[in-house]
Amino acid sequence: MTSLVSLRGIQKTYDGKQLVVKNLDLEVSEGEFLTLLGPSGSGKTTVLMMLAGFETPTTGEIVIAGQHMTRLPPQKRGIGMVFQNYALFPNMSVAENLAFPLEVRKLPAAELRDRVEKSLAMVRLTPFADRRPSQLSGGQQQRVALARALIFEPRLVLMDEPLGALDKNLREQMQYEIKQIHARLGVTVVYVTHDQSEALTMSDRVAVFNDGIIQQICPPKELYERPGNSFVAGFIGENNRLQGVVRKIIDDDCLVEIAPGVTVRARKVGVHATAEPTTLSIRPERVKISPQAGEVDTVIAGEVESVLYHGDHIRAHLRGLGPTPFVVKLPNTNGAAATLVAGASVSIGWASRDCLALDLMEA
Amino acid sequence: MSAPLSAAQMAGASPVAMPADIERAARRVERRQTFSAAMLVLPLIVLIAFAFLIPVGLLLFKSIDNPVVAEGLPETLIALQSWSPADGLPSDAAYLGLKRDIEKAKANGSLGVIGARLNQDTPGARSLLQATGRKLDAVTDADPRQAFITIDKRWGEPEIFGAIRNAGDRYTFNYYLNALDLTRNTAGDIIAKPEGQRLHINLFIRTVWVSALTAFVCFLLAYPIAYLLAHLPARRANLLMIVVLLPFWTSILVRITSWIALLQKQGVVNDALASLGVIGEAGRLALIYNMTGTIIVGTHILLPFFVLPLYSVMKTVNPNLVRAATSLGASPFTAFRRVYFPLTVPGIFAGSSLVFILCTGYFITPALVGGQNGQLISNIIAYHMQQSLNWGLAAALSTLLLVMIGIVYFLYTRLVRDQR
Repeated sequence: MTSLVSLRGIQKTYDGKQLVVKNLDLEVSEGEFLTLLGPSGSGKTTVLMMLAGFETPTTGEIVIAGQHMTRLPPQKRGIGMVFQNYALFPNMSVAENLAFPLEVRKLPAAELRDRVEKSLAMVRLTPFADRRPSQLSGGQQQRVALARALIFEPRLVLMDEPLGALDKNLREQMQYEIKQIHARLGVTVVYVTHDQSEALTMSDRVAVFNDGIIQQICPPKELYERPGNSFVAGFIGENNRLQGVVRKIIDDDCLVEIAPGVTVRARKVGVHATAEPTTLSIRPERVKISPQAGEVDTVIAGEVESVLYHGDHIRAHLRGLGPTPFVVKLPNTNGAAATLVAGASVSIGWASRDCLALDLMEA
Repeated sequence: MSAPLSAAQMAGASPVAMPADIERAARRVERRQTFSAAMLVLPLIVLIAFAFLIPVGLLLFKSIDNPVVAEGLPETLIALQSWSPADGLPSDAAYLGLKRDIEKAKANGSLGVIGARLNQDTPGARSLLQATGRKLDAVTDADPRQAFITIDKRWGEPEIFGAIRNAGDRYTFNYYLNALDLTRNTAGDIIAKPEGQRLHINLFIRTVWVSALTAFVCFLLAYPIAYLLAHLPARRANLLMIVVLLPFWTSILVRITSWIALLQKQGVVNDALASLGVIGEAGRLALIYNMTGTIIVGTHILLPFFVLPLYSVMKTVNPNLVRAATSLGASPFTAFRRVYFPLTVPGIFAGSSLVFILCTGYFITPALVGGQNGQLISNIIAYHMQQSLNWGLAAALSTLLLVMIGIVYFLYTRLVRDQR
C-alpha cells in the first residue's frame, strides 16, 4: 500500500515552552483506517488539527498525496472533516448542508443535486432532506456530518471524536456504519478517540498517544496482545501489574523475581538485561483458577478478597500478590465461581506467553 | 414475595387507574407552587400597574378626551347642532346660548380654560372670550347677534362658530388629526394643514431616519467589538467588556457635555483639524447642535445596547462551524458570509431594534445637542407636555410613537421567527 499522508518531524508548542507534540513521524497508507488513541491532553487532537490545517506545526512538514501541505490553509487541503458535536450549519437544511462543499467548489447545479441525492441515500436520510439539523436525532445528525465530509470525495477524512455525544447503543451502531462506509468508499480515515473499544473495533491500525509521543502504533490485535510498554498495557484493556527484577534472560523469555524466592517466567518485551527492574503485565481473563498440572507455566497461591458478579462474567480480587488487588476474570460458566468465596485460599496460574515483562512504570 | 401477581394487583399498578385522591393531592401541590410563584412576582406586577400601565393608559385616554368645550359651552353647542358654516352666521338662539354659557363660565371661573382650549385650534380665541365676557351686559334678547358683533367683529364670521363646534365633541380625534398635520375646516371636513404648519409628519420621518441611521452606525461599530469580545481569550475579553460598559457608569449629562467640548465649533476636533490645516478657520465643521450631533452622541450612548445582545448571540455560535466551513472548502470570507454572519443575524436584529426603539424615545440627547434640525418627536411631545400644556396633542403624538414602535417590534419578531 502506498503512503497517502506523511508527517515528518512534527513538533508543536503553543506557548513556546511546553511541547504538545514531540518529534512525530507518522505515515498513513492509502485506504487505511488509522485511529489516534490517547488520554485527553496527549496531543492526538493537535495532530488532527495540524492535518486539517487549523494549527500550524512549529517544526516539521506535512505531505499529503505528494503535496506539501504544511502552510496551506484548510480550505485548500481538500480534506473532509467530521467534528465533535457534528458542527452542522444550523441555518441550513440537511440538503443545503450537504450541498455546501459542492457549492463552494462551483459544481453545476444538476450534478450538485444528483450528488446530494446520492449522498442522502447513502446515509438513509432522503426523507429528511428539508429538515433543519436541530430537528434530527443525534445519530441522524452524525450521519449528515459524515455524508457532508464525504460528499466532495476527499481522499482523506479526519474524524474528531465523532461519536462522543452518542449513547452506547447508538455509538456501536454508528461504529458499524462508519466501518461500512469506509470499506465501500475506500477512503483514508484518521480517527481520533479516547474510547479504546472504539479504537480496537474500527481501526486497521491504532496509534496510542501519551505525553505528545506515539507510544505504539500497530493493528488492534497486536496492541492488546503485545503492548509495547506499560502505558499501552495499562491504557488498553485491564491488566494486573507486578513489580519485579529480571534475574535471567532465556531467548525471548526472562525470569523475573517478584518476591524473595518467587520467580516467574515472562515474555521479554521491555527489558534488555539482567538486574533490570520491570513491570509484569497479566490480563485478568488469561488467569486460570486452580489450574491442572501442565496447563500453565506459573502457579501462585493467593487469597480471595472479594467476588463480584457481573452476569456474563465473574471478577475476583485476590490478596497477597503485590500492593494492589490482583484481578481475575472468569466466564460465568457452570460451577466457575464455586471455589471463589471471600477468604478462601486458591491457586492461580497463567501461561508464560500471557505474562509480559515491560518497562518499569512509576506507579 | 415471589408469588405471581394477581390480576387485581396488576390492574392496580397501571397508571390509568389512578385513585382520585392522589390526583387531588397532585393538583393541590401544583396550586401551592403556582401561588408561591405568583406571590414572588406580585410586587413587580403592582409596581408596573401603578407606575406604568395606569399612567400610560391615562395618557392614551387623554389623546381622545375632550371635555372642556362640551361641558363649558353646552347651550351654544345645542344651538349649533343643525348649523353648518355654509349657512352663514348661526341663529340668534346660538348667540343667546353663548351668552348664557359665558355668564355661567365667568361665574364658576372656567372661562380661561375654555378659552385656552379654543386657542389651540383658533389663535386669539382666548382673548376674544375674555373680552366678550367683560362686555356681556351689552347683549340683549333683542338682537344678540349684532350686539356680539359690536363687541368684537370676529363674532360676525362663521369660522369661530365652526371652531367651537369642532372642539365641542366629548371625545375627539382632532388631536390625532393635529398630530398627523391634518385639521378640520369650519365645515368639519378633514383637510391638510397649511404648508407652514405641517411639522409633525416631518418630525416622525426625521425620528425614524435618525433612529435607523443611529442603529446602522451602531451596527457598524458594534459588530467588530462584539466579535472580539466573543473570541478573545477570557482575560482580554473582560478588559474590553469593561471598556464597552464604561459609558454606562458615567452620567449621561457628563457624557453629552464632553461631546459638546469635543465637537463644538471651537472644540477639540475642530481645533485639531484646523491646526493640522485640514480645514480653514472659516470652514470649521458644524458637528454639533444639528442632526450630525444627535447621531454622533446617540450612537455613543446607545452602542452598548447593540454590543451586548450581539455579543451574547456570538458567544453561542459554535467555533467549529466556521472551521467546518473552511474544511469543506469555503474561503474564510465565504465561511463568514454563509455560516457565521447568518447565525449572528438574531443578535443584529435584537441590537438594532433595541437601539432603534430607545432612539425614537430619546429626549435629552437631541434636546442638548440637536440644535434646530436635530430635534426629534420626543422633544415636541415634551414641549406640549411642559410648555404649551396641550396634553391632548402630546398624548396623541405619544400614542402614534407607541404604535410606530409596536410596528417595528412586530416586524422584528416576524423577522427573527423567519430566521429560525
